[in-house]
Order: sequence, then C-alpha cells, then structure tokens
Amino acid sequence: MSSAIRFILNTEELSLGDFGPTETLLDYLRLRRRLTGTKEGCAEGDCGACTVLVGRLSERGLIYESVNACIRLLGSLHGTHIVTVEHLAAKDGVLHPVQQAMVDCHGSQCGFCTPGFVMSLYGLWLSNEQPSRQDIESALQGNLCRCTGYEPIVKAAEQVAESRPSALFDPLERDRTEIMGKLFSMQSATDTLVVEKDGARSIVPASVEAFAEVFSQNPDATVVAGATDVGLWVTKQLRLLDPVIFINHLSELKSITIEDGGVSIGAGVSYADAQGVMDAVVPAFGRLIDRIGGSQVRNMGTIGGNIANGSPIGDTPPPLIALGAELTLRSHSGRRTMPLENYFIAYGKQDRQPGEFVEKIVVPRPAENSHFAVYKISKRRDEDISALCGAFYLMLDAEGLVEEIRIAFGGMAAIPKRATHVEDMLTGQPWSWGVVSAVRDAFDADFQPLTDWRATAEYRSLTAKNLLTRFFLETAGAPSELHRFELEEA
Amino acid sequence: MDNTSFPMKPVIDGPMHVSLKHDSAHKHVTGQAEYIDDIPEPAGTLHGGLGLADRAHAQIVSIDLEAVKAAPGVVWVMTADDIPGANDVGSTGRHDEPLLATDLVQFHGQPIFAVFAETRDQARRAALLAKIEYSDLPHWSDIAGARDNGAPFVTEPMTLKRGEPEAEIGKPPLRVQASMEIGGQEHFYLESHIAFAIPGEDDDVIVWSSTQHPSEVQHMVAHVLGVPNHAIEVRTRRMGGGFGGKETQGNQFAALAAVAAKKLNRAVKFRPDRDEDMSMTGKRHDFRVDYDIAFDEEGRIHAVDATYAARCGFSADLSGPVTDRALFHADSSYFYPHVHLTSQPLKTHTVSNTAFRGFGGPQGMLGAERMIEEIAYAVGKDPLEVRKLNFYGQPGSGRTTTPYHQEVEDCVIARIVDELEQSSDYQARRQAILEFNEQSPVIRKGIALTPVKFGISFTLTAYNQAGALVHVYNDGSIHLNHGGTEMGQGLYTKVAQVVADAFQVDIDRVKITATTTGKVPNTSATAASSGSDLNGMAAYDGCRQIKERLVDFACRQWKVEKSEVEFLPNRIRIGGDTVPFDTFVKAAYYDRVQLSAAGFYKTPKIHWDRAAGKGHPFYYFAYGACVSEVSIDTLTGEYMMDRTDILHDVGKSLNPAIDIGQIEGAFVQGMGWLTTEELWWDAKGRLRTHAPSTYKIPLASDRPKIFNVQLAEWSENAEPTVGRSKAVGEPPFMLAISVLEAISMAVASVADYTACPRLDAPATPERVLMAVERMKALG
Repeated sequence: MSSAIRFILNTEELSLGDFGPTETLLDYLRLRRRLTGTKEGCAEGDCGACTVLVGRLSERGLIYESVNACIRLLGSLHGTHIVTVEHLAAKDGVLHPVQQAMVDCHGSQCGFCTPGFVMSLYGLWLSNEQPSRQDIESALQGNLCRCTGYEPIVKAAEQVAESRPSALFDPLERDRTEIMGKLFSMQSATDTLVVEKDGARSIVPASVEAFAEVFSQNPDATVVAGATDVGLWVTKQLRLLDPVIFINHLSELKSITIEDGGVSIGAGVSYADAQGVMDAVVPAFGRLIDRIGGSQVRNMGTIGGNIANGSPIGDTPPPLIALGAELTLRSHSGRRTMPLENYFIAYGKQDRQPGEFVEKIVVPRPAENSHFAVYKISKRRDEDISALCGAFYLMLDAEGLVEEIRIAFGGMAAIPKRATHVEDMLTGQPWSWGVVSAVRDAFDADFQPLTDWRATAEYRSLTAKNLLTRFFLETAGAPSELHRFELEEA
Repeated sequence: MDNTSFPMKPVIDGPMHVSLKHDSAHKHVTGQAEYIDDIPEPAGTLHGGLGLADRAHAQIVSIDLEAVKAAPGVVWVMTADDIPGANDVGSTGRHDEPLLATDLVQFHGQPIFAVFAETRDQARRAALLAKIEYSDLPHWSDIAGARDNGAPFVTEPMTLKRGEPEAEIGKPPLRVQASMEIGGQEHFYLESHIAFAIPGEDDDVIVWSSTQHPSEVQHMVAHVLGVPNHAIEVRTRRMGGGFGGKETQGNQFAALAAVAAKKLNRAVKFRPDRDEDMSMTGKRHDFRVDYDIAFDEEGRIHAVDATYAARCGFSADLSGPVTDRALFHADSSYFYPHVHLTSQPLKTHTVSNTAFRGFGGPQGMLGAERMIEEIAYAVGKDPLEVRKLNFYGQPGSGRTTTPYHQEVEDCVIARIVDELEQSSDYQARRQAILEFNEQSPVIRKGIALTPVKFGISFTLTAYNQAGALVHVYNDGSIHLNHGGTEMGQGLYTKVAQVVADAFQVDIDRVKITATTTGKVPNTSATAASSGSDLNGMAAYDGCRQIKERLVDFACRQWKVEKSEVEFLPNRIRIGGDTVPFDTFVKAAYYDRVQLSAAGFYKTPKIHWDRAAGKGHPFYYFAYGACVSEVSIDTLTGEYMMDRTDILHDVGKSLNPAIDIGQIEGAFVQGMGWLTTEELWWDAKGRLRTHAPSTYKIPLASDRPKIFNVQLAEWSENAEPTVGRSKAVGEPPFMLAISVLEAISMAVASVADYTACPRLDAPATPERVLMAVERMKALG
C-alpha cells in the first residue's frame, strides 16, 4: 500500500512516492532537484549552511520556520512548503531586500555559509519587523560563519528591518493565501501514508490514534518528531532505519496549554513553540530554551524528543525534574503517568514499553514565593551541548527554613539525576550561607562525573557546587550570572 | 573625434583605494556562486569514500577488502599498490606522507584505502566494511608525550641568537622562568575539502580542487600518477574558506580522484564528510613555550631565552616554516637586547599539522605577550606600561634590531598604540574596572591592550614570486587571470581593481577568471597574506606591458610624443584627441598590436640565511593594536566579550570595506582560537572534537558586544607595494591576544593582581575557573 507525500517546493506542487525513510531534504534538493544554492557544511545541524524555510499550517496560520535541511528527513515534509534560497530574488534578478542588505553590508566573504544566513535572516524578517540585537543574534545562533566575524551580517539584519518594501515584492507574502489553500487541501486527506522504497517504509500516520496503532504493530520502528538527534544517526552513523514513523505533523501532539496550576506540553511541541509559554510561566526555563541548539534546531526539535531519547546531557530534563514535571506515556492500550525522574533508569535505558510513546509532559507552575533557576554550562554559550546543567527549585517556609528543595543535574551522571544527598542535608535547615557552604561537598556523594571533551570530572564537580553557591546568592538578591543582554532588554 | 559621443566620467568605477563589494557578492546571496560540489556532473561520475585507520600508531597486519568490493554500487577499491607513481603527497620532498598507508599507521584517521562507487552514500557505506588487523605500537599525541618518549623532530629546528644571552639570562635584578601551553585550532572552512577529476586523452587530467595552491596540487597529482606536470591542469574558481587549511591538505583528495579517474576513465568526485575532513586534515600547531626572562624593576627586558616546542603530527608538512615563523614573532613588537630562541618541531602520532592564518606567528607572539604579562605582574604595573617601555625604537635609537638581525625600519607601533589608547578611553576604563572588581565578589572584569607587528613575505625567498595573464580583447573587454586563489578574502576583487585602475576602465569591463595552472604556471600558494601584494603587482606588470605597447601604437598612429598619451577614465587622450578605450583597442588590434601579456613580480630586498639565523626575511611589517574588555564569572569560568576596539595598519588600503572585513573576521577567528576552540584527543589518540557539535567556533553572539574597527588612515607602506597598501590576511588575527590577556586580568583580580595567572590557551570556561582557583589559593 505504497503512497506519496505531497508538498510545495518553492513554486512547484509535488507528490513524492519514491524515497527512503532516511533520505534527507538536503540530498533531495541538491542531488535530485539540482537546487545547489543550499549547501552541506556539516551534515549534523550545527553550521546552518543548509538552512531552508519550511512553511506549515499552525494555530497561528501559515508560518515559515528555518530548519536544517541536512538532518530533516523527507518523510517529515508532508503538507509543507519548502522554500530555498533560489526562491528569493525576483525573476528579473532583482535581489530580495534581505539579499541586497547582505551585499550592501559586505556580509559575505567566501560565500559558502551565505545562502544559509540569507535564509535565517529571511525567516527573521518574515516573523519580526523590529528585531532587537538579541533577536538577531538568536536567529543566527544556528549559522556559523568563519570569515566575517558576523558584524556585517548583524548590520545587514538591522538594515533590512528598517526598509520593508511592499508585500507584493516578497514571494511568500504575495502567495500566502494561495499557499495556505494548497497546504490545507494536502493535509485534509485522512489516510495514514506509507511510502515504501527498496522495502523500507516511511509511515506518516493520520492521527495520534493511528500512530498508536501503527506503533503497536511496529514496536521496533523509529519514531521521528524533529530528527535533530535521529538525523545524525543517519548522516554520521549511516544507520539504516526501517520503518520510520513521522509524527511532527500531528496537531494533537503539538498543543501547549496553561491549565490549572501548570503547563501541559504535548510531545510534538517544538522548543520554539514552547518558548513563549515557558517565558511567561517559568522565565528561567524560557531563557534556557534560547540556549538549546540554534534557531533551526529549536524549530524542529521537541521537548518530548529530548526526554524520549534518554540522553544524560539533554537540556530540558534537569529543569523539568526540578520543577516536578510528570510524564504521560501512551500506547495503543492506554496511558500511564509518572514523575519524569522515574523515566530515566540507566544510561540508554528508560521506563518505556514497546509501542509506548511520550504523549505529554505536565510542568507544575512554581509555587508563589518559590525560587527556581536553571544554569547551563557549556564551552560556548549558545548552540552547544551542556558540560553540565543544574536546576534548582526551592521553597522556604515562613521561618526561612528549607521546606522543599529539588536539585537536578544533567552531565553529572549516566542519566539526568537529582542530588538527593544535598537535598536531604538542606531540607529543614535555614537557607543561609553557613548551611549552604557546609553542604556543598555532599555533591560528591550524589555525583561522580566523567572526564570527556566537554569538561573534566574535576571541573564538573567544582562547578556543580559553585552553581549551588550561585543559586544561593541569587535567592539572596545578589545576581551573579553573566548575561549578554540585560534581562530587561530581553 | 567627437568628445561628446561617450560619457566623460571623472573617475572610473572600481579604482584602487575605494570600498567595492566582493565580486561574487551577488552570486553568494542568491546561491548562484558555484563551488566544486555544485558543478554539474558528467554522466557516470563516481564518488570516493575513504577507509581510515582506527589506531594512532600500529603495524597493519592484514587488510581484508572483500566486503567493501562486494558492496552495492562499488566500482573499484584502491590501495597503495594501485598508485602508478609515488605514494607520497608530502609538500616538502621528504617522502614522509603517504597518500595511503601501507604497513604503518601513524595517526588515528590516516587513510588506508579508497573506494569508488556510483553514489557518495554507497562509497561511504562500503568503506565501513573493511576488516583490518593491527599490531599496536606505542603512541603519543601531545608535546609532553613526545618529550617523555624522546620523539624525533619532523624537520630541522631553528635557532635565533643575538647579543650575549648566555651571560645575561639569570642576571639580577629580576628573572622569571615558566611555561605556557598554547592549543591548536581547526580551520573549519565552511566548505570541506573536495576534488573533482575529469580524465582526458594521453596522460591528461583536469582537476577541480578546493585549494589555496593549485600549482602544488598539479605537481602532486603528477607525482602520484607518475606523469609530467604538463599533463595535469588544476582549476580553482573559489573556495568556501581556506585559512591555510587548503594550502597543502587538498593534495590527497585531488590525487585520489585523479588516480581513479585515469584508471576508470570516468569523472570522479572526492568530498569527505565533515568529520572525516576534521579527523584527517592538519590543524594549527599546538605549542609549549618555555621562557626565561631577565628584566629590571622598571619592567625593561634585558634578555630572553625561549624554547618553542610544537605538536607537528606524524610528518613534516609545513611544520618547518611554521615553527620558524613562531620564532620570527617571538619578539612581538619588542626589542630584546639579548636573545636566544629555539624551535622544537616534535613528531606526534596525530594528523600532520599545517598552515593556519598566522602560520606560527600567533603562537610566537602569544608567548611574547605572556612574557610581558609576567614582567608586569612581577613589577606591579599595567602590562601596557611594560609594553611601551620595550617597543622597538625608531632608526638610530639602537633598539631596532630583531632576533634575526633584520632592522625594523618602518615601526609605527608606538603611534598606533597611543592613538588607540586615546580613542578607546583605555585609561579611564581600566580605572573603572579596577574599582568595579573591588566591589564585585563573583563577576570580575578585565581589559588589555596588545600590539601586533607581523612580518610580510614567505620566509622561503623563492615563494615570493607571482604571475598573471592579462588579455585585452578587441572589444575592449579584459580577461584577468593570476596565480592567486579566491577563498573569500576578496583577492579577485582587489586585483581587478588594480587592473581597472591601470587601464582606467570601469571594473565591470574586467572579467575575473578561475585560477588555473594552465594559464599561469609555477605559482606560490595564496598564503602568508601575500595574495594582493604579489598577484596585484604581477597583474599590474601585465597591464604595464600592454599599456606600453598601446602608447607606442598611439605615438606611431597619431604622431605624438609619449607624454601626450594619457589613460583617462574609459578613454585615451592622444594629443588633442580623446578616443574611447574600446575604439582605441580595436584600432590597435588592426595595427597588429599584441594585446595580451604575462605579468611577473618578485619581491625585492629579501634574503634569508636560515643556518646563520641572519638576513632580511621580511619586505615590511604590518602593525595594529587592540583593546578588549571582558567579564568573567569566578564561579564557573564563563565569560562575555564586552567591547573591542581595533586600530589596524593596512597601509593605503586597496579596498577599505574588504580590509575591515578581513580585520573583523580575523579577530573573531583569533578570539575563537584563544577561548572556546579546543581540540581534544582521548587516550587512544582519537580526536574527539571532530565536528561542529563538539568543536566550538565563535557565533554571532560571541563577538564583542561593542566592536569598533578603524584603519590607520594615515598609513602608507614605506615600500613601493601595489598602491602602497599592506597585507591584511593574517596580521589582525593576533589582535585577539588582547582577549586572552583581558580574561587573565579578570582572573588576576582574585589575588589582587599580585601574581600572573598563567592562563593557558584556549581559555575555556574550565581553564578560566581553574586559574581562578589557583589565584584563590594564593590568598
């Protein structure tokens, strides 16, 4: 029962039924379509040379998001509009204002990263009319340039924001209504799609119900939401995955809602989609999201995936555990809910049965007068993987004694893990420097970290203790964390 | 001739000394600029994949390639036995760098075999199927390991000596002996290495190569194929970045593609994956500097004795000239009355290190600036005061002789530093930082002003030559070719400006064409910042020859004196006549004037006797200075770049916009080298930071929050270079040393500036925190 996915590539409406489950969008563009403006720089979603925009229908209407074509798998593109750098300039060769600004500001040198920068800047230009420096830098976190030092590119972003030509000039503004109609009709089909090539299957379920059913029938399938991890299994480890179930389009999994006392995050909610809500409910969590991957990765990757893959260095489990988040797993036969920390059993092992998938995470709203912080420590501040990531949740009672404290760390053990010795020694004690400084060494009982290329064990241990110190200072009203932009500026 | 029939422009479009956009900017932003992987492939094009060693040092016991050969799509599997000529791609003539390993593996990631398949994916998958047995040998990855194991040198060390260092070192009043570790750096050009070979008749092969050195690729491919150089043509239109990483390292991919193309009579493309590129191509050399300095209570240097040991990897490659250049810059901008400097190019079981922007100079200078810091903390002064005390003097001061016995005759460092100190408000900001640090328990700030003086010329004198080919077609359009390569630095644009200026025609008349060994032979690498100096002058020479012939023609035809012929914008004035350029050129063609010329240039004045350690290796020096201000977090070692101010000397700029782009880019790249870019080998000798997920170059959000860059507008090169400009590619890289020193000052604040923090590079958050801990321990 082979079928085909449908999408729009620049101006062309396409139906594609001959691709394998691990075929990337980048290879499709370059090898099969000869759209060579999109470049391969790293094939792992870190350099942004392959940046394209993907338009999709959302609650906010038709939105265009920058993504890394190198790790975006074709099967995840049903019902989308793929926009490459070739789509920007007018047919007569007149440059799009974003391109012209890059030329005017001398924003290209070797030029290899440039199409990717142009697409990231274009994505920003479409979605933000008055970007601040911080917005610009955030939009460019997923684009590496080795020549310019970035200054002229940031200037180009500022320059183009000031000059916005008529909507008719911009191909996506001009065709918006028509594209929306086409995408809507593509998505309205209700059947689960199965595309088969050389015996390997890409499965695009029509609903969560259908997903649960097909996963129960194929419990060894690889489930792909954002592909920001699985994409590298394909491009770097050359793993052959079959079948792959694509779930990023399932709107039921993409809902993020503020409900009684907490936030419910569907497993398909991307980092980018979560950011606004988390900014409002737990601002420190919102700021952390800005330091996960680049903009492209945040547009693709999901919090559900960050949990489901069980990595010891995922950025969201420590704050979620410290906040007391609960995880709901679902399968064909029902649901079960558990504290998130119980999901992580050992390195590479999670409490997930065959056919079970992450459905949602519920994050309780921090109690009034509680303190919460999360600190990510990495070699490079943005778009890096944690050396360690520590999250702290503290509630003091009326006497200033520690009523409740939850401390969770990533990068310190084989799984995201709580510092129970430290928590126990603090609970019921006065929240004072004398007490805090005396319990610092108890981290050694909780964690025996490893040495690797991100940090030595000694650094990890010392920094974990120092982050408790930082948390104490901040609760005492002495901010002691560096911020590139003042928090008010944010 | 009617003077109103064509536009009488006062100036041409695109002369020298104006800011002009990069010639390919329009193509960059539309995705139309063609890189090698974008070239349409002929039918039947094959793709190469590599079998890489997974040992650092081992004997190969057996190689079983049956599964590789049987894999889908595989057409051919190549081992060293299949090489028709020499199994060698070493650039030094030492035959120490096999294209494919035979019985001995000398670094993790060394190529052992190549596989050619119908698709790149098939080639990559097939390459994983080999079964190779090894017998391990002892290995070492770093300088300490090399010293512990008595490692050999990969090339002859160099010594520089002046004065009586033996007698002066250790003399009172003050002495410091210590060491500095300096990390290497991955180039991370955005376009990985790539070669694309198309076989021809006879022995011929055309190779498109992403290389800074087409001539060397040509010679290496010929050497590996065992054919004369004339059979091979190497073409390079543009690279997606080079930075030195494509000076010698492209040889192997070009040779593999060419051998397969000839063997199979099919086009062959070789493009390694990013992780392979980073594992199997060389990087900037790590150094360890052991220094011993004698100085007085004022901070004036009396004598310096320093040893610069380098991690060179398994073969010589460019380690000789790199370690030499480290010594040439071990004086930074300072006069050493007595000095003894030695290099130790050590063999390690790692990929052979290679050229990288600055070419050892940054490591040399960083050692010197550490010495200044040591002195400053020892005598309790701002390092800037110590710097000023020790700068080279003006001619006649008795303080102008370098450790290599060349006189510094064009020194403008004092003026640059003074101007920058004023314009950046250095003194007031430093005072404010000292006050801030007293009040701030966790966050500390630092500021530093460091100078740059960089010697311009290849230290191998023979490389300082260049050729160009200029054709003026009979419609007045101009074809420009030269030996330099375009890697983003704007060389093509600058040389086109030289040609437009020479003929006084608008630059859009000048067609810039891909570098090819078929048009200009025996070229040098586009390296050592020399691109526009050498190729600009060679192109100018080609223009000059054609112009002389045109002037002669005008004198003959119009019966005027030479002094009456003048090239005006897009026209020629001949006596009382004014003729449009294209009309004039057509007339010259009908008079059978040769309108094509091969230009040539060789740098004057330079000579170098390496054995004696004496000579005049540099034509001139480029200068600059930089103030950087940072904040650090003493609990985690994290830091932020608050502000950087740069004043840099490019002589009389050929293109200010391009030069400022070079300066900004070089600074940020240098900042990356000294902060977040860390190469990390594990105990098995495997490089574990081999992709951008693990190797962290700066992002837009890492650049200084305030970033001011100025050219020294008053500067002109004292030597008659093209337009009196100066080289710009490498010198500004070293401006970033100010960042490391600013971080160091912030660390020093923890011990109230009483001790030199000895912060090594790269200053990752971890190194910063550990330095803070050392300072805390001092109380």
